[in-house]
Amino acid sequence: MAGFFQTPLGVLILWVLETLAILVPLLIGVAYATYAERKILAAIQLRKGPNVVGWWGLLQAFADAGKMLMKETIIPTGANRVLFLLAPMITFVLAMISWAVIPVNDGWAIAKINVGVLYLFAISSLGVYGIIIAGWASNSKYAFLGALRSAAQMVSYEVSIGFVMVSVLLCVGSLNLNDIVLAQRHIWFCIPLLPMFIVFFISGLAETNRSPFDLPEGESEIVAGFFVEYSAMAFALFFLGEYANMFLMSAMTSILFLGGWLAPFGIAPFTWLPGPIWFILKILLCMFVFIWVRGTFPRYRYDQLMRLGWKVFLPLSLFWLVLTAGFLMAMGWLPQGGA
Amino acid sequence: MITMIAFYVFAAILIASATLVVSARNPVHSVLFLILAFFNAAGLFLLSGAEFLAMILVIVYVGAVAVLFLFVVMMLDVNFVAMREGVQRYAPIGATIGLVLFVELLMVMGAWRYAPSVSVLRAAPAPANVSNTAALGELIYTHDILLFQLAGMVLLVAMIGAIVLTLRDRTISRRQVIARQVARRAETTLELVPMALDAGVPVPSFRRPLPEPVASPEPASHHGALHHGEEH
Repeated sequence: MAGFFQTPLGVLILWVLETLAILVPLLIGVAYATYAERKILAAIQLRKGPNVVGWWGLLQAFADAGKMLMKETIIPTGANRVLFLLAPMITFVLAMISWAVIPVNDGWAIAKINVGVLYLFAISSLGVYGIIIAGWASNSKYAFLGALRSAAQMVSYEVSIGFVMVSVLLCVGSLNLNDIVLAQRHIWFCIPLLPMFIVFFISGLAETNRSPFDLPEGESEIVAGFFVEYSAMAFALFFLGEYANMFLMSAMTSILFLGGWLAPFGIAPFTWLPGPIWFILKILLCMFVFIWVRGTFPRYRYDQLMRLGWKVFLPLSLFWLVLTAGFLMAMGWLPQGGA
Repeated sequence: MITMIAFYVFAAILIASATLVVSARNPVHSVLFLILAFFNAAGLFLLSGAEFLAMILVIVYVGAVAVLFLFVVMMLDVNFVAMREGVQRYAPIGATIGLVLFVELLMVMGAWRYAPSVSVLRAAPAPANVSNTAALGELIYTHDILLFQLAGMVLLVAMIGAIVLTLRDRTISRRQVIARQVARRAETTLELVPMALDAGVPVPSFRRPLPEPVASPEPASHHGALHHGEEH
């Protein structure tokens, strides 16, 4: 059997199986993230939330998916048909392919590439295309305004995310995600790099267009922003893509700052749980904070959003990057060599 | 074998999309094809083992530069007919530049063959156990640090130039000074006046901090609020 998986066909089958093994749980997770979001928001607002479909409303997500499938896909007359349909696909695919490099446990990644962080950064910076193409192809003013807002926002916050990543990389000395997690064996980076951790998380909220930075959607001002013209499965793809991006941002936060699959302390009761469970728990914690933030903070005004990105986070992350580099240099703690 | 197929797929799509960039009727489609071209170029980089360059190409060109292109092109009110007219006029110049570039590329390739000393320069392989990210870092930040700094300075000057050229003093815009808002205290803003019943309000019961002397005149609604208080 082990021999079979060495042959080209076997390798192909193995790839497909590995991909399914990460995508199927991810999609189920996404389905239940929508349920969790509604339940948690309901709890924050002292309501019950979905409780009709299935036990405690547990099948609500599937009922929603079924409803989306039944609906008619409406393409506006003035829309650019090809791009209009391509945009949700781009969003969804980009949200999925990033997971190829995420290590779930030591060496458990589909693609163990040396430039894993750069790959994640590259893919997340592409996410803006799905939105901007959707806004333009809809041929609608609200959609276009949403797309412009989103593009400006994502480009702004990417800069500080980049600096945060570089300061983590300085402490690791490698671009490989596996090495980044292993470098946190002694201390998670969220402790020495606490300000960067906060900047990264908030920028992650902005990057995924989540509340309080959900101006591209801004239902009270521009209806639903870039996907105002979308219906049925095209809409569902945007929706799934957004939640998958939240999962991805949570996974990135746990890998860069919360020690990935590592247990909080390397001692007995904590090490009983296997690595992937810890990783999932950390992702769920981040997801909870995402939803919690949504239930707590009002939406930013657009100029405040831009101010926060360019005038607060950018100088802060740049300063902290120089500080980190200088500190590592002065203490002689710079990681040598590496991949 | 698979590498071979991948190379031809990337190269074919690259050339096809590059052709479509200049021939597409809609400028937005042109930019989207340009993005596709960048992508395939990144794929070619990957195949030649330059994974760092491939990722940087995607991050910088696709993730940032092309977004700005797309921004500008989408917001432009382009007259397609007028744009078509220019093609005839500028075609010879474009063709000439293309030809020069093509010949130069051929010469670069040819140099490997005809000048034996060049091939030594070409073969600057990274040491076996160092990834090309580390090798590139060593080269740029250690050996050629001065050139790198110089390039950074040139970009900085360009950036400052762009800001200076486009900066204009907008006196009418109202700036939000968050520090001043946060520094507001109840004592300077709010006054509690003990009042007998039905005695009226001799002093407006709340006032705002005085505006800065240079700031724009006080909004009319402010006075309205004061008078409103006295009417009671």
